[in-house]
Amino acid sequence: MSMTRRQRTRVIRSVQYAVLAVVVLAIAQAADWGEIQRAFFDVEVAKAQFPDIITTALVNTVIYTLLGFGFGLALGLLLALMRLSQVPPYRWLAIVYIEFFRGVPALLVFIALGFGVPLAFQVAINQYVTVMLALGLVGAAYMAETLRAGIQAVPKGQTEAARSLGMSQGRAMVSIIIPQALRIVLPPLTNELILLTKDSSLVYLLGLSLSQYELAKFGRDALNQNRSLTPILIAGLCYLVITLPLGHLVRRLEARTARAR
Amino acid sequence: MDKSSETDPAPDVKASRPTGASGEAPAIEVRALRKSFGSLEVLTGIDFTVARGEVVCVIGPSGSGKSTLLRCVNRLEEPTSGTILVAGAEVTDPDVDIDKVRRGIGMVFQSFNLFPHLTALQNLTLPQRRVLGRGKEEAARVARERLARVGLTDKESSYPAQLSGGQQQRVAIARALAMDPELMLFDEPTSALDPELVGDVLAVMRSLADEGMTMLVVTHEMSFAREVADRVVFMDGGVIVEEGSPAQVIGDPSHSRTKSFLSRLLDPAAAGLSEDRARGTKE
Repeated sequence: MSMTRRQRTRVIRSVQYAVLAVVVLAIAQAADWGEIQRAFFDVEVAKAQFPDIITTALVNTVIYTLLGFGFGLALGLLLALMRLSQVPPYRWLAIVYIEFFRGVPALLVFIALGFGVPLAFQVAINQYVTVMLALGLVGAAYMAETLRAGIQAVPKGQTEAARSLGMSQGRAMVSIIIPQALRIVLPPLTNELILLTKDSSLVYLLGLSLSQYELAKFGRDALNQNRSLTPILIAGLCYLVITLPLGHLVRRLEARTARAR
Repeated sequence: MDKSSETDPAPDVKASRPTGASGEAPAIEVRALRKSFGSLEVLTGIDFTVARGEVVCVIGPSGSGKSTLLRCVNRLEEPTSGTILVAGAEVTDPDVDIDKVRRGIGMVFQSFNLFPHLTALQNLTLPQRRVLGRGKEEAARVARERLARVGLTDKESSYPAQLSGGQQQRVAIARALAMDPELMLFDEPTSALDPELVGDVLAVMRSLADEGMTMLVVTHEMSFAREVADRVVFMDGGVIVEEGSPAQVIGDPSHSRTKSFLSRLLDPAAAGLSEDRARGTKE
């Protein structure tokens, strides 16, 4: 049998489509669509989730994420500057911090802050503060490395120009270097925000009151009440409402950076 | 922009400059300056002086230490040994307030080094406000005046990326001038420019010289050095080989190293070489 190279490519391509079609048809045939719809998209259950899933859960997810991100960014910037310090002990401290919090599961940090610290020190910490600290402490470790790379990516001539105008090292850093570094690391920082959005689901560990529910906890509670996966599906879609635009933003920022180079 | 054309020819303009006013410390005084990068000795004992109001051009092959010398004057490079005084203040003193010294020294870089996240106007106002503590209005007024001086009034809200190289360099000069420096350092200010943009930058520098600014200029522009400089310094291998008036150093060099450098520059008009000789060294 003699086929040209082009004919052979066409046959292989056709077989690939055929296999896909057969698999899809088989699944469609075998599946019980009524059962699947009851489990995943029960309209009554879905309706019952609104508006709380938006007004409480989605809003809380955003609040937790922004609290953690804000604290993490500030701490991350401090760690990045320590990492670049002329004083060796500052560098060592920053490295130890970064390595520790990058290596430890965020889950453990939540447990330590939510239960360990209040037990050990006999203090009650506000739930929102706990979330801010737990998300921020972990996020800071990642953001510190990102920010350090950004600071180092600003050309040396910028520091020299600032210093030659009479600015001190600190003034040059604050007015000239950091604003440019933040622009450079905007795409990876936005990625970090997406990761934190998902990590905020770990809050469920803390035992929340109803008004403190965020998306994951809300979905899980509604799952128990309704014996339906529908709330989980809706909660998942709510996460996408937050993360998809951010992902789109990252791609646009990256395209802009690529053009500017 | 070239003000010398309105007044007398170049030699008379130079003579009218307040060169080396008696009783005052020189603008720059360098004594026994040495600078090494690791085991590489870039400056091996430099002594020279720039008087107030004087325009000194430093020429020489690349790697001769010209830029390093310039960068030692405002201590962007830390000298290995030796003394540098700027307006009588010892720059090399470890206890000196270097930020304060640098306020009086404007510096222009080969690669412009404008702040890309700020507009042209903000490039001029931010240092004034943060370093000199000038108010918003005053800083903006001074900034607009300096931008007008370099012919870029209409570009004040442009970002550096929107400007040509020549325009960026003129903004950089205006930025340095906004700090009211007593002395300007130029580190190959036209080397990164397309040839057709060099003229505008040199015209601004020429008008500065005409106004009596003290200038130390590292440059490869021989015609600029010849026309504007009061003194030309030729450096090679980390030492000053020869210095004197442009007519002496560029027109009639006495050292063989100066001669071979100038002929290699292939600038027969400035070096006063015959065309045959220039062509001969081309290969």
